[in-house]
Amino acid sequence: MTRTIDPIAEAIADAEGVPEAFTEAFRAPETEKQPRELVIICYSGDLEKTWASLILASTAAASGVPTKIFLTFWGLQTFVKDSVRITGQNWMQKMMSVMQRPGISHRKLSKMNFLGMGPWMMGTLAKQHGVAKPKELLEACQALGVELMPCQMTMDMFGLRREDMIEGLGEPVGAATVIELLANGAAPLFI
Amino acid sequence: MTVLEIAARVDARGLSCPMPIVKTAQAVKPLAPGALVEVLATDPGSERDFVAWSRATGHELVERSVDGATHRFVIRRK
Repeated sequence: MTRTIDPIAEAIADAEGVPEAFTEAFRAPETEKQPRELVIICYSGDLEKTWASLILASTAAASGVPTKIFLTFWGLQTFVKDSVRITGQNWMQKMMSVMQRPGISHRKLSKMNFLGMGPWMMGTLAKQHGVAKPKELLEACQALGVELMPCQMTMDMFGLRREDMIEGLGEPVGAATVIELLANGAAPLFI
Repeated sequence: MTVLEIAARVDARGLSCPMPIVKTAQAVKPLAPGALVEVLATDPGSERDFVAWSRATGHELVERSVDGATHRFVIRRK
């Protein structure tokens, strides 16, 4: 820049402040807004709640929101392989899996289950209306990079082994991992 | 009128929420920035969802039209 020696021009520059073009050129580049992280605590193993968790998770991931699902208690049963019938090491753990079959394709409705009649009707209605099944939504979640975090304590309590679980789950973690994410500003959903 | 060069097409007709958005996100992902994606959907909610989705992701909603029950969207990848 050439320095002016004209006192009138200097006075005008003082009064008008720094020229706009100058501030434009030196403005810090706008950093792209990073969306807030989403953490879904998937606690329930009921069909309708599993559906809700997976719809929200797949949509969030599709919208560029970094998304994690913490799989805990009954919610973890959903992520046992469909082909695995009995899980657990002792009779009580085995009995639990007999009473409620694990796997994403074997979810029951919390109300109006009627020995499988309710879920069958839900499945039929979903098909008629082009609603993706939980299994399809889970595949979409995995393709879009949703992180699935199994709960270590639930794995232990139900006697679940890594080979019982579907492919693509992350390392088992505990509540402290979830709390840290929330403390750092992640949006929580408890389903 | 300029003819737009469509790089990918998503036929989400007959699909309910959230599949039109999920399938579009998957179609947009491998494309180069600036590439165009055409989406066809019959979900009436997609009319608002695609506006919200483009705001959330930054992908530009270039065109939006309705023909009967079919909604058509053209999206430019960010």
